[in-house]
Parts: sequence; C-alpha cells; structure tokens
Amino acid sequence: MPDRRQAKPKYTADRNIPGAFEGETVTRRRFMVGAANGAGAVAAVAFTLPALGFALAPVFKTPEATWQPIGPPSDFPKDNYVVKVITLVPGLGEAGKSIAYVRTRDPAIDTEPADQYNRWIALSSRCMHLGCPVRWVDAAARFICPCHGGVYNIRGQVAGGPPVRPLDRFYTRLNTATGLVELGPRYSVNSEFRRFSPRDPAEPLDGIGQYLYPARWSTAPLPGS
Amino acid sequence: MPRLSAPKVLRPKPAKPGQNGNGRAPLTPVEGLAEGGITAVDWIDERTSVSGVTRWVLFRKVPRGTNWYYTLGSATLFAFLNQAVTGVFLAMYYRPDAAGGAYESIRNINDNVFAGQLVHAMHKWGASVMVILIFLHMGRVFFFGAYKYPRELTWVIGVVLLILTLIMAFTGYLLPFDQRSYWASVVGININGSGPFIGPFLSDFIRGGADFNSTTLARFYSIHMLLLPAAIIALIGAHIFLVTKLGTTAPPWLRPDPEDPVVEDLERAPV
Repeated sequence: MPDRRQAKPKYTADRNIPGAFEGETVTRRRFMVGAANGAGAVAAVAFTLPALGFALAPVFKTPEATWQPIGPPSDFPKDNYVVKVITLVPGLGEAGKSIAYVRTRDPAIDTEPADQYNRWIALSSRCMHLGCPVRWVDAAARFICPCHGGVYNIRGQVAGGPPVRPLDRFYTRLNTATGLVELGPRYSVNSEFRRFSPRDPAEPLDGIGQYLYPARWSTAPLPGS
Repeated sequence: MPRLSAPKVLRPKPAKPGQNGNGRAPLTPVEGLAEGGITAVDWIDERTSVSGVTRWVLFRKVPRGTNWYYTLGSATLFAFLNQAVTGVFLAMYYRPDAAGGAYESIRNINDNVFAGQLVHAMHKWGASVMVILIFLHMGRVFFFGAYKYPRELTWVIGVVLLILTLIMAFTGYLLPFDQRSYWASVVGININGSGPFIGPFLSDFIRGGADFNSTTLARFYSIHMLLLPAAIIALIGAHIFLVTKLGTTAPPWLRPDPEDPVVEDLERAPV
C-alpha cells in the first residue's frame, strides 16, 4: 500500500493551495479547526476537572483523630463487656452513632503487648465479614452477627463463619484531668493482633492482605505512629 | 394625489376558496377541524421532517416469525419510563437528609401525601420489574443470537445499560433510609471494597469518606436521580437508534425459504 503521507509535499505552497504563504506547513483551515476544537476541549476540561476534584476530594482528605469520654474506669469489668454508645460521625443523628463493647484489659487472656492505648479493650460492633452490627451474647461469651453468621470470641477473634479478621478496636486512654476513659480512633488488627490503620470489613490483613488492601488517606493517623 | 383606501378591516374580503365559484361545498366543522390539524402537522413537518423520522422508527419492516419475545425490550423501556415519571414526582416530596429527614419524608409520602403510597410503590416495585425485564430481554437477545454481526454494538450498549440499571437499583435502595436500606448499603459498599488495591479507595469515593457519613446519602441521591438517568436516557437513545437502523433478527428456528434462493446461490448455479 503506498504511503500517501510521504507523497504530500511539506509546504502548502507546493500543494497548489491558493493563497499559500511562503514556508507555511499547516493550512489555515486546518489550523482554525485545531484551534476551535482545542478551545472547546479547554472549556470542557475547565468545568470537568474542578467538578471531578470536588467529587473525589473526600478520598484524599485526612481527618483529625478525635477522643470521646465513655465513662470512669470503674464502669468496665474484666470478664464482661459494657455497651457504650459512641459517635462515629458528628452531625448525622442516629445514623452517625455506633456502639463499642468495652472491658478492662485482662493480662490472663489478652496476650498482645500492653501499652498506654489498650488498658481498656474497646471493640467495634462492625462485623468483619461485610459490616453488619454484631451483638455480644453473654451466655455464649461470643459476638454473633445477625447477617451471615459471623461468630467471635471474647477477644474478638473469629470463632466461626465468614469474617476475615478479628473485630476492629478503638484506641482507649485515661484522661487524668477528668478521670474518664476516652475512646479514640478505630484501628484494625490481623489474627496476631498487630495494629493496622482502620480498614473496611471484608479486607483480610494476614499474609498479603495488608498489601492488597492498603491504608487509605481518609482515616485519621493512628496515635503514636 | 393618490387615492385613499379604506382601512384594512373595512375592505371587502375576497371569498375563501370553496365559498363560491370553485364548485366545492363549504367545509363542515369536522372537516374544518381535520384541515386545521393537517395544517398544523404540515407546519411542523415542513420544518422538522418529523414524519419521515416517525415512519423510519415506527413503520419499519420486521422479519417473519417476530413474536411476543420481541416485546421485552419495549417492556423494559416502559418500565424505565415508569421509574422516570414516578421518580420525578417522588423527588418533589423526598429530602436526602441523613440526620432523620430522609426517613421522615418517605414516611410522609407513604402516610400523608395523596396517592403517595401508590406512587412510591410503583417506583419500588417498578425497579424490580425493570431489573427482571432487562434480564429477560438480554436472555431473548442471547438465545435468539441477535447480538451477532452487525448488532454487536447494540449488545454492548445494552450491557452498559444493564450495569447502569443495577447501579440505579443499588443507589435507590439506600434512599428510604430505614434500617434495611442502611445496612444493605453498608454491606454493598463493603463488598465493593473487597476488590484488591482500588476497592478501599472506591469505597471511600462512594461514601465520600472513610465512614458512612452525611454526604453518603446525598451522593447516592445525586447519582440515582441526576447522573445515571441522564446516562441511561442517552444510551437508550443510541440503543433504539441502532435497533431501528439495523432492524431485528428473525427467530433462529426460521430457515431461509428454499423457494427464495440468495444471490450467491444464483451466481453459483450453472446457467
């Protein structure tokens, strides 16, 4: 097949175009078409990019870590959970609230290393299968999820069903000024209770899981990290 | 000096055609109405050629053997129109306020607004009907082999429409903002987040943050009633254009009539 592009002379003057300028390589018609289409593209990008950024911004926005009081240390026994209503998202009414299951750390069963942030064990009620709310069943000493049958033991480890990792936890600390236990940002743990920045449910953190489901920009930085 | 003429209203009017001289009786009121209608249609047609388009769309030839299965596409279209009309009117009473207003506004529609329960139910059940019909339509096209050349692009657009319809169903499910819709959306977003690498970030985009928050409902509402309807209407237009341009296929069980040989056979036949 003959290459027609090569056959065309470089200068418009050589192509027998009326009114061609000396040394002109692009016809004025072609230039105007390009200029008009380019201007249209610039105008379209000028309103599309800000709108896209506007919609995508929350993915990149990192919030501050917040701490909320949940009661005096005497509220929390070692061998059972106390339900505390907490606010996950302020200004959202009931939909912004959740519950945390809180007990005092018991070195006899909590084998992960102790530090200033886990003197009280505060578990998120969010099931690590797909995010339904689990409930603590005292008689069975298990957390049970109503949606798809996830079961966790008193430490929040998966005892049965589809969940992919132990229940998420919240940082806790003692506010010495008020004498109240405070609940901080949520964090995720793998099956060895290593801490990770909070992940969504259904994202395993053992093995390559932590690389398949990377930390997000949208979660508050963890205390002490 | 020029002769002054009487004002226009006072001048004698020339006789209307048909009143005298040309041998036709005056128009009866019915004939007059019909003439008026024809005149109006002609006026529009002369400026838009709409009659040709209408003939092209509605009066096209269909193959022998066309049957009731061929109506599933139109049925899906009418299910969509039902969703569009009822949705527009539901939006007049609905409030996408996650702090309680959304649920209250739906309760108001169901309990207080005249025919609110009916219109809400039409939208709710119509959504399921549309999803079922679009799958049946896809099955008909698949089993009749109607996706084959030259109709591949029609099929691809149809698949995109199927996906958009399912996203419509997902985003619409949250809007009543009761316990069922809230937790179903939480589960749905987390299923989406379980996709490796981009899943977590996609979930953040859908929720507008790391947790379900006050913008999540507004996002779903905007996607449900602005973004997707516009995309679906545009794609339905392209879909129907291609169906009209390419025509429909005969059912696969119909074989070519041996009495009516195709041109190639004639050429190959010994003369």
